[in-house]
Amino acid sequence: MSFYPLIAEYAASLPDARFAEFTGEDVRRAMERTTPTAEDFMALISPAGLPLLEEMAQKATRLTARYFGRTISLFTPLYLSNFCTNHCVYCGFNCRNDIHRSMLTLDQVDAEGAAIAATGLKHLLILTGDATAKAGVDYLEECTGVLNKHFPSVSIEVFAMTEEEYARLVRAGVDGLTMFQETYNEALYAILHPKGPKRDFRFRLDAPERGCRAGMRVVNVGALLGLDQWRRDALFTGLHASYLMDRYPEVDIAVSLPRMRPHAGEYQPASVVSDRELVQLMLALRIFLPRLGITISTREAPGFRENIMPLGVTRMSAGVSTAVGGHSDTATDDKDVGQFEISDGRSVDEMCAVIKAQGFQPVFKDWEPIFGARGAA
Amino acid sequence: MSEDILEIGGRGIASRLFTGTGKYGDDSLIPGVCEASGSEVITVALRRVDLNAGTENVMDHIPGHMQLLPNTSGARTADEAVRIARLARAMGCGDWIKIEVISDSRYLLPDGYETAKATEILAKEGFVVLPYINADLYVARSLADAGAAAVMPLGAPIGTNRGLKTREMIRILIEEIDLPIVVDAGIGRPSEACEAMEMGADAVLVNTAIATASDPIRMAGAFGRAVRAGRAAYLAGPGATRRHADASSPLTGFLGAV
Amino acid sequence: MIVVLNGKEIEAVPGTTIADLLAQREIASETVVAERNGDIVPGADFSTVALKDGDHLEILRFVGGG
Repeated sequence: MSFYPLIAEYAASLPDARFAEFTGEDVRRAMERTTPTAEDFMALISPAGLPLLEEMAQKATRLTARYFGRTISLFTPLYLSNFCTNHCVYCGFNCRNDIHRSMLTLDQVDAEGAAIAATGLKHLLILTGDATAKAGVDYLEECTGVLNKHFPSVSIEVFAMTEEEYARLVRAGVDGLTMFQETYNEALYAILHPKGPKRDFRFRLDAPERGCRAGMRVVNVGALLGLDQWRRDALFTGLHASYLMDRYPEVDIAVSLPRMRPHAGEYQPASVVSDRELVQLMLALRIFLPRLGITISTREAPGFRENIMPLGVTRMSAGVSTAVGGHSDTATDDKDVGQFEISDGRSVDEMCAVIKAQGFQPVFKDWEPIFGARGAA
Repeated sequence: MSEDILEIGGRGIASRLFTGTGKYGDDSLIPGVCEASGSEVITVALRRVDLNAGTENVMDHIPGHMQLLPNTSGARTADEAVRIARLARAMGCGDWIKIEVISDSRYLLPDGYETAKATEILAKEGFVVLPYINADLYVARSLADAGAAAVMPLGAPIGTNRGLKTREMIRILIEEIDLPIVVDAGIGRPSEACEAMEMGADAVLVNTAIATASDPIRMAGAFGRAVRAGRAAYLAGPGATRRHADASSPLTGFLGAV
Repeated sequence: MIVVLNGKEIEAVPGTTIADLLAQREIASETVVAERNGDIVPGADFSTVALKDGDHLEILRFVGGG
């Protein structure tokens, strides 16, 4: 089983002009549908949806409240290593970038974990680059062992693995997998990933499904919006999530909506997603897949993050550093730079206050295994 | 409009109303019912021949173009259902089978576990298996895995004519199960058949409500039209109920004007 | 000899076939299926399989059902 044949089938028949064909009536019809189809989802993210954003928001906010209540789950990323053998042309950790490379020792992992746990967070997302000789599955296993002392829930956002490797990490205590396809455009993907293990489009595309099979409790997919025409990648993100939800009903499926910003670096986005369009996409995803988790990172600005709370977002990061060892004094190094620039640098306490002020409840922990060994059953 | 054909077991079916042959005051009504309803699929049961009574044969009344759907009524276990199915196939009227395993004679509710076991065995033997089940997501999933050609969730207990009591559960099956959903049992009125179709059911099976109507042929026509209307409404897509445009945009105002 | 036909013991002469039993009761053989000791007997064999003492025979047909 693979999402690949579906994506190939769609890609073949999807000229960019297709999105321009939808009308406001198509959007309204899609909103009324009990079970929206892929075609409806296309209508919802089409330009015809933009003038109907408030109607879409009214629907999405009701659906979000029905399925998730007025809550926002909080998590924070912990960068364990920025060694990387990939050449992703848009990434700050690209192996050709001359940045300071480091990798946390287990003692440093423990110190970082303790510092983050002191803020009250219970969900941790650990990240590495793609350098399995240095920071491979064994290392992640060891880090998880250390971090589980501080966190009931540890997720990974690392290189693509085999199902057995995912299963090993599930046994070690990992319960969530975040894996971005970056772009679902196979030809563009080849250009953006000229070298390195990540070059294998199909292996990465099927990684979330392998994670589902391996017993991950939460699987989060996404595309880096802006690498390609964003509506195409947004469509495939939604279809990928829908594909996984249909086949793995025991897994919570979520998407992230990272968008590229125009910046001073050498790589410029092919399309820029405006605030209005990002909101449209979030609303469309909520209407298309009411039970879908939606994650918004600190790439987004503080005011924007507050305003979108009623609109579909279910998880946000807080107290973020995207540099290796940015949370405790012991492991930080002035030379360290982050993978991407964060826009919302507020602490966990500050975020909680903001969330409450919006009439939402910040949630630190929404799940913990009753039985010690996760995935053993 | 393009043709809207339901495909089950490799056969294309134009009418989404399935009928039955049970409970008629007079079996000679059956051809008229088939014609008036437009139905192309009809159920029969298998029983011991009464060796002393006459030779009345229900098959004499079933038009030749109908797809026969024998049921396994009387089976209380998977083994019995399998045995009945094999005998039914030996009649030489095709390999469709409606699995019905019931051991509770008070409510006549189907046993999902035994049904799944029988489905798995019979699907492997090449039967086109349509299991009759409670409107239960897990049972439906296990049947899909076992090779069922469609699933037939009940709207209400057999013969009760109580309508779509399991509406919300059937809605979930329609959303989640990638097989034709044929709502079976409980539908008492054409409006209820219409509603099931409007919700997105692929077909409905109606027997008691037609057979026990004062005028079965007229009722068969009413059901046929109701099913077509509901299907058409589903295909047309529900009309967009337009809300009045808000002068202010409480949720998206922060984005500024378009 | 004694055979059990649809749950009832009946007396039959040795060598009797299913076709014989059906003919005696004016039942058209193409409208029924038969099961002998739990095994289906194909219609083509109705007139060739000789019944044995103690055989359990089920003769079934389609009837009205939903």
